[in-house]
Amino acid sequence: MTTPKTLFEKLWNAHVITTRDDGASLLYIDCHLLHEGSSHAFEDLAVAHRPVARPKQTFSCADHFVPTTGRAAGLSTITDVDRRKKVEALHENSKAHGIRLFGMNDPDQGIVHVVGPEQGLTLPGMTVVCGDSHTSTHGAFGAIAFGIGASEVGHVLATQTLWQRRPNTMRITIDGDLPFGVGGKDVVLALIRHIGATGGVGHAIEFAGSTIRSLSMEARMTICNMTIEGGGRMGMVAPDDKTFEYVRGRPYAPGPDQWDAAVAQWRKLYSDEGAKFDREVALDASSLAPSVTWGTSPEDTVGIDEKVPDPASSDDPSVRARMQRALDYMGLEPGTALTDVKVDRVFIGSCTNGRIEDLRAAASIVKGKKARIPAMIVPGSELVRVAAEAEGIDRVFVEAGFEWRDSGCSMCLGLNGDTISAGERCASTSNRNFEGRQGKGGRTHLVSPIMAAAAAVTGRLTDVRGMERS
Amino acid sequence: MEKFEVLEAVAAPLGFRDVDTDRIIPARFLSKPRSFGLGKFAFHDMRYDDAGNERPEFPLNQAPFREARIIVADTNFGCGSSRESAVWALADTTSAPVHVGFRCVIAPSFGDIFYNNCSKNGVLAVRLAKEVCDGLRAQLEASPGATVHVDLPNQTVTAPDGAKHTFEIDDFRKHCLVNGLDDVALTLQYADEIADYEANAKKARPWALDREEAAR
Repeated sequence: MTTPKTLFEKLWNAHVITTRDDGASLLYIDCHLLHEGSSHAFEDLAVAHRPVARPKQTFSCADHFVPTTGRAAGLSTITDVDRRKKVEALHENSKAHGIRLFGMNDPDQGIVHVVGPEQGLTLPGMTVVCGDSHTSTHGAFGAIAFGIGASEVGHVLATQTLWQRRPNTMRITIDGDLPFGVGGKDVVLALIRHIGATGGVGHAIEFAGSTIRSLSMEARMTICNMTIEGGGRMGMVAPDDKTFEYVRGRPYAPGPDQWDAAVAQWRKLYSDEGAKFDREVALDASSLAPSVTWGTSPEDTVGIDEKVPDPASSDDPSVRARMQRALDYMGLEPGTALTDVKVDRVFIGSCTNGRIEDLRAAASIVKGKKARIPAMIVPGSELVRVAAEAEGIDRVFVEAGFEWRDSGCSMCLGLNGDTISAGERCASTSNRNFEGRQGKGGRTHLVSPIMAAAAAVTGRLTDVRGMERS
Repeated sequence: MEKFEVLEAVAAPLGFRDVDTDRIIPARFLSKPRSFGLGKFAFHDMRYDDAGNERPEFPLNQAPFREARIIVADTNFGCGSSRESAVWALADTTSAPVHVGFRCVIAPSFGDIFYNNCSKNGVLAVRLAKEVCDGLRAQLEASPGATVHVDLPNQTVTAPDGAKHTFEIDDFRKHCLVNGLDDVALTLQYADEIADYEANAKKARPWALDREEAAR
């Protein structure tokens, strides 16, 4: 009898080309995704006179630096020279090396972690890498997917491989029916609160349990996306019929002649009964409230019905110092009810929560109401935008006074100029509440799409469970 | 890549938990090319106030620590974004005297991607127990300008008080750092193995390797 294997071990073993005596494994990369941050790697490649090893397994998306408004006339509409050069470099490098480019004006453009699954670039059983920490998103399909730095991007471009040490394994089992008003974003924020921002460091995390099985692919992607905020190297979910139905018929998915063989393989991608993980964590989802962050680390999460914590509650001086710095930065006092916190602005979008299901959910709260504060919707891809417009979701938002934008990373990190101002408080569906993340001095509260929508129509952090929806 | 063997240098204490790469280099500087000298932006918003003046309480703005080549940090240093610019900013030696450039960061734990990025740029990231890091920072605060001795071949860090601490690093990473190896060149020596693997993979999962967009 063979030793029971984890999902991760099955995927890892299938991609190891060779392992050196010193423990480093050369891992084959099935799919390499690029964005504008790849320009340094292409420069290094040019200096060394190396070609791109596998251009047909390499795909590029213009997302980080693209404007989300007024861009129909092309790259010349980007007025900031440095930003324009970043987008131009991606376009030019992709064309020069025969890489399929989802460029700024491509009808299929979008955030790389939305486009990958949407186009069927991401498939179960794959290794997927990208020079972006949120590459963990793609693990929702039962893939090894992780973010890498620019030097590693250069290595993958040149060799289609990476040297890696096998990470430890962790299984996070989430069981229970999700309460009303609680979704994937709330679950993952609560989980990061539970394990801490370093809880997953050095680990490949598998998400399992009845809650995960009941979630849509979009929600699974949201959870895997934020694995990195808990320190995890990668997050993954064993594929099931939901996964296969999501993938079927996408432009780069296996065609009818290969479909059955592919699914037969993918059905073997699960952790065997009795497989051993280095660490096991359990979370009961049935008692969760909608999550909101109060501080400057994603672990600074509480339920919306809780209060801002007191640094004195920690007996670790370095934790107390960090909490106090976070409170000072956020302009909050311990003991304040989160629902008493006024908000200046709302951002709905990003690779975490910019998919069609997210926009539908937000629209169900907004419909028939008015935004009391500036609020912006940035679809995760142009296909998401077009689909939302076909359903009339854009009109719900526009009639409520929201801005309806073209797709991109936008205000998640503000590289394209979509930033919040110093002191401004933003309820955001993005993934990081770090100091200055959305703009210098800006204050971020991470929430789900429906919580962000609720904040927009009330002007404060709001318990969405008490709001009517349509 | 510059080799890393032994380094004896002034070390600066940076006693903040969870210093993410957005704080090491804020996003608004990421459109600048690497050659711009990103050291000018290292820890920018921690180091300078809104008017662009140095914050005197920030350690790197204090005289003895301006010469530091080593940082002794706290838990989860370099978490968050994968931006390698964070390491380029830390390691940049072209922005002196504003920023001399760091070759070594010592902390209880690191963001995984940042840790990898360090070793691709000749920067040694050393994991030592939290108590050891706390103790090192206390010594550096008590004797500003004190030096720390880092010996990669022997995997030791010697504190100002003479205490020697051993650290773990995987052999492959150490090999690349000590020899200043460009690992692309090394990997290309495995071209035959890669080709053999690929030929088998194309049979096993053709949909993953022979990518063609379906006609619409």
